[in-house]
This record gives sequence, structure tokens and C-alpha cells, in this order.
Amino acid sequence: MKVITANNITKRFGSFTAVDNISFEVEKGEIFGFLGANGAGKTTAMRMLCGLSKPSSGSGTVAGFDISKQSEQVKANIGYMSQKFALYDDLKVWENLKLFAGIYGVPAKEIGPKTDRLLANLGFESERNTLVASLPLGWKQKLSFSAAIFHNPQVVFLDEPTGGVDPVTRRQFWELIYEAADNGITIFVTTHYMDEAEYCNRVSIMVDGRIEALDSPKNLKQQMGAQNMDEVFHQLARKAKRN
Amino acid sequence: MIILLVLPIMMIILFGFGINTEVKNSKFAIYDPSNDVATQGIINKLNTSEYFTIAETVNNPSEIEQIFREGDVGFVLVFSENFYQNMLHTGEAQIQMITDGTDPNTANTLVNYAMALIGEYQRELMQISHIPFQIQPEVKLLYNPGMKGAYNTVPGVMGMVLMLICAMMTSVSIAREKELGTMEVLLVSPMKPFIIIISKMIPYFAISLINLASLLLLAVYVLHVPVNGSLVTLGLVSLLFIFVSLALGLMISTIVETQLVALLISGMVLMLPVILLSGLMFPIETMPLALQALAQVLPAKWFIEALRSVMIKGLGFSSIMKEVIVLSVMAFVLIAASFKRFKNRLE
Repeated sequence: MKVITANNITKRFGSFTAVDNISFEVEKGEIFGFLGANGAGKTTAMRMLCGLSKPSSGSGTVAGFDISKQSEQVKANIGYMSQKFALYDDLKVWENLKLFAGIYGVPAKEIGPKTDRLLANLGFESERNTLVASLPLGWKQKLSFSAAIFHNPQVVFLDEPTGGVDPVTRRQFWELIYEAADNGITIFVTTHYMDEAEYCNRVSIMVDGRIEALDSPKNLKQQMGAQNMDEVFHQLARKAKRN
Repeated sequence: MIILLVLPIMMIILFGFGINTEVKNSKFAIYDPSNDVATQGIINKLNTSEYFTIAETVNNPSEIEQIFREGDVGFVLVFSENFYQNMLHTGEAQIQMITDGTDPNTANTLVNYAMALIGEYQRELMQISHIPFQIQPEVKLLYNPGMKGAYNTVPGVMGMVLMLICAMMTSVSIAREKELGTMEVLLVSPMKPFIIIISKMIPYFAISLINLASLLLLAVYVLHVPVNGSLVTLGLVSLLFIFVSLALGLMISTIVETQLVALLISGMVLMLPVILLSGLMFPIETMPLALQALAQVLPAKWFIEALRSVMIKGLGFSSIMKEVIVLSVMAFVLIAASFKRFKNRLE
């Protein structure tokens, strides 16, 4: 089943075309990497998929809902983790989870038990009552992800989720992502760490608003005769005009 | 950036021109039962000076209070009967100056200028006629006979505090969410933007209600400022002003990206003009016209006026109609504009 479909989506801001006619599909349970340099149009594209902005032309569906006409349903069925791991610093760990669970309509009775299970899973029980402000960055990251999938959305959008975190923590974080994918949640992740591209089932690479490559990392490396995703990316990015 | 450059300029204009305790063309009224050469002389002296202009003539002492209700006139000059005769025969003559005590600063200034002019007239007359006499002005402050400064400052401080809490706190709070990135997460969630906004405003609304109550209690029982008018009217107009201030905070938050800028704008751009121009410290009439016009744009100015009318003059709802309408329009415009901006951000 296709959890995300994009059909010729374009976004223009005045005379500037940020996203230029992109099309792709994402299957349920896939880990889909959305790569590209800064300014390539990744964030703009993701915002449209999240129902935050409307395409200038083209259409798309997320979780079966039209992103232009049914943005409210789209929002209710997705999770989102922002670049800044947006959590409320002056709330405790469990309070943050409760807040976001409530916003996404998780029934009150379920929130408590689910929080307990989640914290146990992460090994966080001791930090249950800690203010988020005092958590180290890696833990905030895991917490932010957990809050994003707390309500069991069909797809979760991760915007540069591993920024500023050490490699060991990054690996651990990807373990969490694998776990979520195994549980049927589709993962749509943007990143500019090319080694993380290797962890994805398929990746797309945006250059100047267009998708210049879309395939599994293995196939892409083969096609372009590259040793790793870094090389693949550089070969494509060299054509870029925006940077 | 622009704020850092514009701010000093703004401050010097406000402080330089705003703090101007000179009086120009201040309107006054007269009650003159004598209508003789002396009274005419004094009236003329005041009228031809650049400081005063005669606005109306009162035929009946009972009309005097009505004049102050209308709020246009700064003071009323009352002559005793047979003014000139008294001067000639008894060597004394009485003049009474009645001013609006809700603003003791202005009252004081006007009285001083008037007395200086009357004194001048007295000297001129003595030179011409060589009759020794004394013109004794008696000063009467309506609504505030004790000339208590608190009558002036309390409404002013109430306006300032409510505006501060609501506008500054709301704008900083929303800006903080933007800065930390939590606003983005809220916008992606199923929560409607309208609910997000309301939920940011409610805590400050509640806090300002508590502030309003405590300020009033302190004003009445500790500072002995009266609430001569209806508490209901007072409450209603305060609620309206709180609403306007919240909307102002919301508007600011749609313009700024960071908390610091929100703080700067609400602190400097809002508070400073409010403190200087709302009539809290300095009488509006003594400011240059440009600044007087600027004062009209400040919601606080209208609220403070309405507060004075209700609390100290004891006037009813109909008297503050003008202020209520202006504040309502401001609230509507601010909310509509903020909503539009907020929605546009999403596109």
C-alpha cells in the first residue's frame, strides 16, 4: 500500500520555483530517505507533504488523504519530528509525552500505560520526572522521536533528526527507527549525513528543486559506479546551480 | 537591526518634545456675573496670550460641572459679583479657578500660568490707576480636592500594567515557541491555529484579571482612590482593554522571529510611548500636535481616559462611549490583521 504519493508537485514563491515537478511513491513500512543539499527544496517539499503548505500545482496523498484538500486529516495521521527536537524544556519527560499524546487524540486512559512501556523500552524510567532542559542532546532526540510516534501514526516525518549528535548516539537512534519501521510505521527522513542514506530502503536526491535520483542505495551506487552514497551525492550535486 | 537604529531617534523625539510642560492655547471657560472693565481686562489678558483661548461662557454655576464632563476645557475662571467695585472699595477682589483634579499635573500647570497672567494684569492696573488692591485667586480642584497625585497615577499605572502583561508577555510567549521550534510542531499537529492562539492568550488573560482586581483593591483601600462610578462599567472597559492588549501582543508575535525582538518591540515601542504620551506623566495638551496625534493611536490613552472618567469623575457608560468604540475598533482590527498574518504564514 502506498502511504505517500506525490504527482508532479511544484511549489513556486513568486518567480522562484522551490520544488519543481517532483513525483514519487513510498510504500508502507519503508524507510525512505529524502536527501539533498541545503536550498535544494527538501524542506519545502516536506512541508507540503505534512499539510503545512499547499502545492502551486500537482497533487499528493499522505496516509490516503489529499495534501491539498484534506490537510487536516493528513496532520492527524502523521507524526513529525523537527530539526530542533522541539520539546518543551520546562516540562518533565512524561509531561511532554502526555502533551503530544493528548494533542494527537490518544485516549487519556492509554497515555499512562503507554508512557510507562515507552520509557521502559528506552531505558528512561529513571528520568521520568526530569525536566527536558536537563537532558543530554541524545536523549532529547530519542524522546522527540518517541513523542512523534506515540500516537502510532501511519507515517512519521523526520527533519534532519540526527543533527549535532555523536555517531554512537546516531546509531542508537537508527535502531529506534528500525524498530518503528518493523512495527509498520513508514519513515520519511531528510538528512545530509550520507552514511545514514545507507540505512534507508530507498533514497531520493533533490537538486535544484528536482529529483535527480530515486532508488535503493545499492542500485544507485552500482549505477553511478560509486563506493558510497557520498560519492553518489557529489556526482549529482555537482550539477547544482543553487549553491 | 532597524530597531537599534530607530529606537534612539524615537526616544529623543519623545523625551525632547513630549516632556514639554509649556502650555499653548489651552481652552478655558468663564463665569462672569460682573462683566465689568476689570473682569474684561483679565479675560482679555488670558485670551490674547498664547497660552489660553476662551472656549465658552457659562451663564450659570451649575453648568460648570458639565463643562468638565465634556473634558475639553482645562479650567473655569469664576469672578465674584461686582468685581471691579470690590477692587476699588475694599482693595480685594476674588477670582476662583476651577480645574480638573483628575489630572493634577495639568491642573497645576494651567493654574500657574493663569495666575502669572493675572498677576501681570494686576501690576499693569496698579501702575495706571495707582489703586492698591489684591486679586486673590482661589484654586479649586474638582474631583480631587486633596490634589492627590494618586488620582492621576493610578489609572495611568493600571493602563500601563495591563498593557505590559498582556502585550509583552503574549508576544514573547508566542515568539519563544517560534524560536524553540515548538510552534512548528504545533502547526503540524491536528490542533487548529485558532486554538493555539487562544491557548497562548488565556494564561495572560487570567493573570491580568487578577492584576486588575488587586490593583483596584490597593487603589481603593491603600491609596484611597475612589471608584465613584459603576464597578461594572469599570470592569467592562477594563476587559475590553485587556482584549486589545492581548491582540496587540498577538500582532507583534506575527511580526517577530525571536523573543528578544518581541521584548524590544513591546518594551520600547509600546511602553515608552505609553508612559510618555498617554497622559500618565505629562499632560497631552502641552505636547506638540504631532505627538498628540500619535497619542490618539495608543489604546492605553483611551483606556486611561475612560478609567479616569469612571473611577474619579464617577461618570457612566454613556460618557465613555467614545473610548469604548475606539477600543472596540482597535481590538477588531488587530485581531483580524493578526489572524490574516498567521494564516499566511502557513501557506
